[in-house]
Amino acid sequence: MTTHHHRSESEIALRVKAIESLLIEKGIVDPAALDTIIEHYEHQVGPHVGAQIVAKAWVDPDFKHRLLADGTAAIAELGLTGFSSEHMIVVENTATVHNLIVCTLCSCYPWAILGLPPTWYKSLAYRSRAVIEPRSVLAEFGLVLPDTVEVRVWDSNADLRYLVLPERPDGTAELSEEALAALVTRNAMIGTAKVQLPSPPTPIAA
Amino acid sequence: MNGPHDLGGMHGLGAIPIEENEPVFHSEWEAKVFAMSFATFSTFFPVDETRHAAEQIPASEYLSSSYYERWLAALELLLAKHDWLTTAEIEARMAQLRQTEE
Repeated sequence: MTTHHHRSESEIALRVKAIESLLIEKGIVDPAALDTIIEHYEHQVGPHVGAQIVAKAWVDPDFKHRLLADGTAAIAELGLTGFSSEHMIVVENTATVHNLIVCTLCSCYPWAILGLPPTWYKSLAYRSRAVIEPRSVLAEFGLVLPDTVEVRVWDSNADLRYLVLPERPDGTAELSEEALAALVTRNAMIGTAKVQLPSPPTPIAA
Repeated sequence: MNGPHDLGGMHGLGAIPIEENEPVFHSEWEAKVFAMSFATFSTFFPVDETRHAAEQIPASEYLSSSYYERWLAALELLLAKHDWLTTAEIEARMAQLRQTEE
């Protein structure tokens, strides 16, 4: 490894192309496997997987109980366990407790359940600040919590990852599990947002 | 081990870079670095070795690199450590590719 502090994007792209062509020539990586990996993380896994877990917990109190007692086992029940999400703890947001997930040492994240993490989760700013000033961090996301709400920050590691079970918003009693899942965002499952109801549709004149 | 990766509580790292509607990868090279790393750490190296490699990056470089630049540095370190690919080979191939592109 050479030390280059400010390589240009095109220089990095060329370097990666060189490594790729050499690894393929040497038979260390298979080009089809690379495409499969990229396709999987771009299109197959993502927050929609976690949203299914959350919606299920909202409509099924027994499942919710199992999910909070043993996240790993409850997620396995749904067949949603996968690479980088083998051991899971699910933490519940309530009117008095707000949970926030970070990985200060790396960017550990439940890939099989939320997909790859966003840039902000991997940023040095988030990793350093979430544990020392979580309320200011949340405010940057537009989430200002009253002092009466306790904030709990969970630092992930290589072997154990977390998922926030957000609060179910009021006014959703009539919604199906699928419609509920559609409301659940990635940030709500990391703890940097709450689940919101979509703005009410404009009434259409009959 | 203490090191630049041990960021919890560090001051002075600025605002959170929040990006709306962010793509999974921001460029082809990011996707390729991810895929090559994934392909090697799911086949040849345990993922912990990859993480350990990222922690070997010199502090000034660690703090000034993007996430996938750190992955690239870790990948190169592991490939060299396992005698699969040297920096000299990479740079020779880059020179070749530059000529082809011209």
